[in-house]
Parts: sequence; C-alpha cells; structure tokens
Amino acid sequence: MSLFIEVSIKVLVLFVFLLVTVLLLVWVERKFVSDLQNRVGPDRAGPYGILQTLADGMKAMFKESITPTNAQVGLYIAAPIVSMTAALLMFLVIPIGAPIEINGTTYSLQVMDLNVAVLYVLAVSSVAVYAITLAGWSSGSKYPMLGSVRASAQMISYEAGMGLALVPVVMLTGTMTMSGIVEAQQGSFLGFLGVWNIILIPSFVVFLISGFAETNRAPFDLVEAEQEIVGGFHTEYSGMRFALFFLAEYINVFTISALTVTLFLGGWGGPVFGPWIVESSLPVVWFLAKTWLLVLFFVWVRASLPRMRYDQLMGFGWKRLIPVSLAWIILLAVVLGVREFGMPWT
Amino acid sequence: MAETIVFIIFAAVALAGAVSMITASNPVYSAMGLLAAMFAIAVLYVMLDAHFVAAVQVIIYAGAVMTLFLFVIMLIGVDKPDAYGKQVPAQRVITGIVALGLFGSIVLAGRAAWITGSNAFGTANLNGTAEAVADELFGTWMIVFLATVMLLTIAALGTIALAYFRDVPEEEMVG
Repeated sequence: MSLFIEVSIKVLVLFVFLLVTVLLLVWVERKFVSDLQNRVGPDRAGPYGILQTLADGMKAMFKESITPTNAQVGLYIAAPIVSMTAALLMFLVIPIGAPIEINGTTYSLQVMDLNVAVLYVLAVSSVAVYAITLAGWSSGSKYPMLGSVRASAQMISYEAGMGLALVPVVMLTGTMTMSGIVEAQQGSFLGFLGVWNIILIPSFVVFLISGFAETNRAPFDLVEAEQEIVGGFHTEYSGMRFALFFLAEYINVFTISALTVTLFLGGWGGPVFGPWIVESSLPVVWFLAKTWLLVLFFVWVRASLPRMRYDQLMGFGWKRLIPVSLAWIILLAVVLGVREFGMPWT
Repeated sequence: MAETIVFIIFAAVALAGAVSMITASNPVYSAMGLLAAMFAIAVLYVMLDAHFVAAVQVIIYAGAVMTLFLFVIMLIGVDKPDAYGKQVPAQRVITGIVALGLFGSIVLAGRAAWITGSNAFGTANLNGTAEAVADELFGTWMIVFLATVMLLTIAALGTIALAYFRDVPEEEMVG
C-alpha cells in the first residue's frame, strides 16, 4: 500500500499547488496586461491587489448558479466538472523537479511516469474538447452553440498540429516517458550545459502556437469572442460553474507552459550546487522559473495580438502548421537515419 | 483484490454505457453512452498493462471519432424526431437470434485456443509498452500493417470519389 499512499500524497500536493498557482496566475495576468496597457489594474484587495482572485472566487461561490430553461440539465452541470478534471489530469505526467533521494529511497517529483506519457497528453487534451462542446450544446441557446462548434473545429485542427509537433521530440530522444525526455536534455554539451530540444525549432514553434489554440487564448480566442458571440460556450453559465471553466482555462495555460518547458526547454534542468537541501530544491526552482517566464509570454502575446478571423484560423492550422510539421518530420527522419546508418550508398 | 474491484466497476460502466447508447432517445446521450463505454474499456486496457492501446483508444475513439459524431449530431440538430424506417417482419425475433448467436460465438472465442491463439483466460505474457507494440507492428506484422494502411487510404479516397464525382449536373451540386 506504500505506493498508494505515495501517489495519494503527490496528487493532493499537486492539487493544492495547481490551485494556488492559478490564484497567482490570474492576478499576474491582470497586473501584467494592465502594465502593458498603461492601466493600474486590480489594486484594492491586499497589497498590489494580490487577493483580488480570492475575492472574485468568494463572489462566484455566493452567486446563484442559473440553469436556463432549455438546458439539458445533466450535461449542463457535468460540462464544467469535465473541464476542470481534464485540466487537472494533464499535469499528472509532468515532472516538476529532479528525483529526490531521502534516506536511500528515491522519490520522483512526478505523479506517474507513464511509458506513453506523450500520448497521454494528447488523450487528455482531447477530453477537454468535450467539456466545451457539451457546455455549448447543453445550454440550449444559440451563442453557446456557435461557440462550441467553433471550439470543437478549432481544437481538433490544432490537436493534429500539436501531435505532429510532438513526433520530432520522441524521434530525437527515443522515448515517450516525460522523465526520459527531460533526462535526455541534461548536461551533454561541455559537460554541464544541456542540449535542449528547442533545437527542434519548427516543432517548438508549432507546439507553442497549437498550445495557444488549445487553450483558446488570444489570438485564437474565437471560441469566446465577446464582440461576436457574447461569451461563447460559457455565456449561460454563472456563479461557481463559470468559475470552474475560468479556473480550468488558467490551469491549462500553466499546464501548456509546463509541458513546453518539459518537452523543449530542458524541464527541471539547470545548474545545481550547494548543500543537499539547496541542491535538491534547485531543479524545482528552475522548472518553475522557466514555466512562469513562458506564462508571461502567453500573457504578453494576448495583450499584443488582435484576434484572428475564423477562416484565417482554420487555414493557418491546416495549410501552414500541419504541412510544415510533416515536412520537418520527414527531414528529421532522413537526418537521423543518415546519422544512425550512414549514407544509403555506403 | 483491488484489481477485481476496479474491474467490476469499470466493466459495469462499460456495459451501462453500451446499453444507454442503444436505449437513449436523444442522440447526444447515445454518444455520451458510447463515450463512457470507450473510457471504461480504456481503463480495462490499462489494467492489462496495455498502456499504449489504452492511450490510443482514448485518442482515436474519444478524441477523434466521438467528437466528429457529436459535431455532426449538433450541426444537424437533435430536435427533429427521427423518421423510423420500415420494420422488417419479425424484426425482434431475428434480432434476438442474431444477438444470441453473437453472444455464443464470443463465449466460444473466449474459450477456444484455436481462435485466440492462447488459453481461455490464460495469462499471456503481455507487454504493452510503446516499444513492444512498435517492434511487433513494424517487425512481425509489417506486411499486414501496410496492407491496413492501403485499405484505409483506399477507403478515404473512395469517400472523396463518392462525394465529388457523382452523376449530378454541375449546377445541382451544393458547395
């Protein structure tokens, strides 16, 4: 049963960690965007308005959760829960630090090290589509419906791009486990500098762009384009049910950043030194630092770019990202094949 | 013990999903039932250490196929009552016989070594990692794999051909 206890503790810690992160993340985003737009942003609740998210959460909890007359009640209530569950599940395979050795036992800072972790990521992200699709449909109203149709088309399209961006990573590192992918990026250049998978630049770019689309963030936030379809799939949601969608979106932003760091930016890799306690906690610090930098990049992009038109979005996904990924995979396969087996005529 | 409990729970979910898929009057709930069955089966694959198959099951069926189902159902609209086709005479009797025959053959297949290649409920030494599956797929079963690829490509091409090259005058074609 020790495995059971270990995993339970990890899941609990991860859950609390993600919720605290999201509270911070919402505040960071609002502050950062307001700085970029020459505004003050939230500044009433707590120092620098850091408790604003908490106040918003309390407000959402005490608001009435309205159910529209035409709603399909079962699915209407289930959709936010599915959304939140999918967002939380994704993080299970991401290692947030190097394995720590305590009293001769090694503990990995990762809930589960699946040998198909890369596929697991795709599987969970495909579940997230359901939350939005069902939310839109079950609301029984036209704007949510339009939003959910947009969402499913967009997420399916960009999931293909995301899957193809993962292939070169697996080809280069030769493993599908997250721990293996991170290990493969550790110090092999000059002894201590890791060779990060960011050298697969086309994949990195495609993955990042697909990540924006998968999380429905600007410039791909057509799913909830306020000027066109009110709030998209969550138009009819209020109170805590809306808050769940909101939290799930922010968890997804953090997860995609963490995933990009794990796959392309060396994960928890970085220089470690000092006494045991510093040495074992530095990888976590590196991981969080990289992830937060990427989160800030997400916010920066949101504040900078205007929303795309719908045909541009689909055209970009299918006619640019996917062909580029396919060509890059073939090129990489040839290069790796030559490196492994030599030229075909020798 | 824990394994048995998990198996019973998810086997029940799979069966309930399958039954609700057939009996639900709303097509969206039918799709949800099928989805539940797919997920439960994926969990059963995980219990058999077939992680790769489980992940692929969720990606393909839950991710691609069912999303397309839902998409189509929603776009067509579920409010219109279905026009039931003509019933075949003695439909229920025929269905019952076919169902019984299917059930019998599944039981037979489960028990007969000459069909499955292993003993009934025997513990075949399964290795479900991606590497093991890849070795089998691109080693032992390469020809079969390529044949399947050909078959699926032909099916896709056939669909496109049926959709585009019909004997309909140009002006009547939509889109």
